[in-house]
Amino acid sequence: MSKPERKVPAPPVSPETRPFWDAAAAGRLMIKSCGACSRAHYYPRALCPFCGSDRTEWLPASGRGTIYSYSVMRRVPVPYAIAYVTLEEGVTMMTNIVDGDLDRLRIGQPVRVVFQPTDGGPPVPMFAPA
Amino acid sequence: MTINGKAYIAGVYEHPTRKADDKSLAQLHAEVARGALEDAGLTKDDVDGYFCAGDAPGLGGLSMVDYMGLTVRHIDTTETGGSSYVIHVAHAAEAIVAGKCNVALITLAGRPRAEGMATGTVPRTPASATPDAPFEFPFGPTVVNQYAMCAMRHMHEYGTTSAQLAWIKVAASQHAQHNPHAMLREVVTVDEVVSSPMISDPLHRLDCCVISDGGGAIVVTRREVAQGLRRPRVRVRGAGEAVKHQMGGKVDLTYSGAVWSGPAAFAEAGVTPADIKYASIYDSFTITVLITLEDLGFCAKGRGGAFVSDGNLIAGVGTLPFNTDGGGLCNNHPANRGGLTKVVEAVRQLRGEAHPKVQVKNCDLALAHGTGGSLGTRHGSATLIMERE
Repeated sequence: MSKPERKVPAPPVSPETRPFWDAAAAGRLMIKSCGACSRAHYYPRALCPFCGSDRTEWLPASGRGTIYSYSVMRRVPVPYAIAYVTLEEGVTMMTNIVDGDLDRLRIGQPVRVVFQPTDGGPPVPMFAPA
Repeated sequence: MTINGKAYIAGVYEHPTRKADDKSLAQLHAEVARGALEDAGLTKDDVDGYFCAGDAPGLGGLSMVDYMGLTVRHIDTTETGGSSYVIHVAHAAEAIVAGKCNVALITLAGRPRAEGMATGTVPRTPASATPDAPFEFPFGPTVVNQYAMCAMRHMHEYGTTSAQLAWIKVAASQHAQHNPHAMLREVVTVDEVVSSPMISDPLHRLDCCVISDGGGAIVVTRREVAQGLRRPRVRVRGAGEAVKHQMGGKVDLTYSGAVWSGPAAFAEAGVTPADIKYASIYDSFTITVLITLEDLGFCAKGRGGAFVSDGNLIAGVGTLPFNTDGGGLCNNHPANRGGLTKVVEAVRQLRGEAHPKVQVKNCDLALAHGTGGSLGTRHGSATLIMERE
């Protein structure tokens, strides 16, 4: 794991999403896929947001994706990059881009998941240049 | 059922304060309520429907009906962030058509400045059960960096530039110079906007709206009530509302819910964007205006940058005068919620009561649009079309 660039708040963990955070603690990124309509979604839910089925299943993601959009927050003590990353599996997730030169980020840039520690909770999936 | 022509905006009021250190939140709500009722020529005893949103203190509608001593037979606390109040006008019209009330009062108030709130640059801690919170809050989503991601993607797909976005602020400042209550009355140039400090790429300080205290209120009535009042009559012609979100991970930041709320409103009113003489467009940031104008059909998708350039939004100069009070970018963004003041300025235009320097000639048809929540995650869109009778 790389050094966090700012104090990251802990995600509140619920029974619905505990498997996501347990996997995150083991360094694995999970998304959800629907057993009824076969579509993947994010953020993970018990009920599929596309067809409403409760037959959703956890699916390991490759952790590879590309930057859909980003913005470097400048007006803070430690600038940071918020981003949406589109995973190879087709879903787009909010995250941070870390470990790179924030002034050289670009849309379409390949990135890979890196888990970053949080303030008293499970690690969260961020992304670094691939 | 249609609301077209069946409800009237009889009273509007915008609180003159922009910093309310010496007033309580409930007091501000009551002051704007009184202002709008006086504007209409009505009293609080005429009110039988009350509308408010998440800015109202305590238990919202219950606390404010109690504080103001109202007796209501209809209440609606629809909460879609800053777009709530545009939706409230439509819901009030629907309630009037359905016979549920005769005089609907809508209030908004807030004091983020007095409370020292870092509105745009600090993530707002979500309630613990918020389903999206675990997957967003750790990453530092603020109001400004979420909208900034929309701007970044729009620039990537359509070649939109910071200078084009800046024209939106320039137009707002041209209007605000005539508004004695506006927070920012100084006319700015494109160069000044793009050279102002970067807040979150690509949005500069002057791409962002003001933070202000205050509020406003609207009174909606049925025709029989409006006909007995002395103010110029403004009637509701059409309305549309929509919620846009992340669609299960199929995120597309280049458009807003206005792609749905706009056509619904135009269809109900039986008019087209070309018929609109004046538009109040929610302007939390410059990019909010640009995307909304495209989605409402004032120009083609991706052409917003060219459309807003060269003063096209300036009254007396361009083809679509917008936010002639200075909008949220320069005048007022009370409670961090700009939807209500959008309706207020549209009504001023339709009555012919805007500042003479910015009054649109023969302004008989106007549009007000609200965007509440965040364009970058999930938001409510509300479009309202109004006509001078």
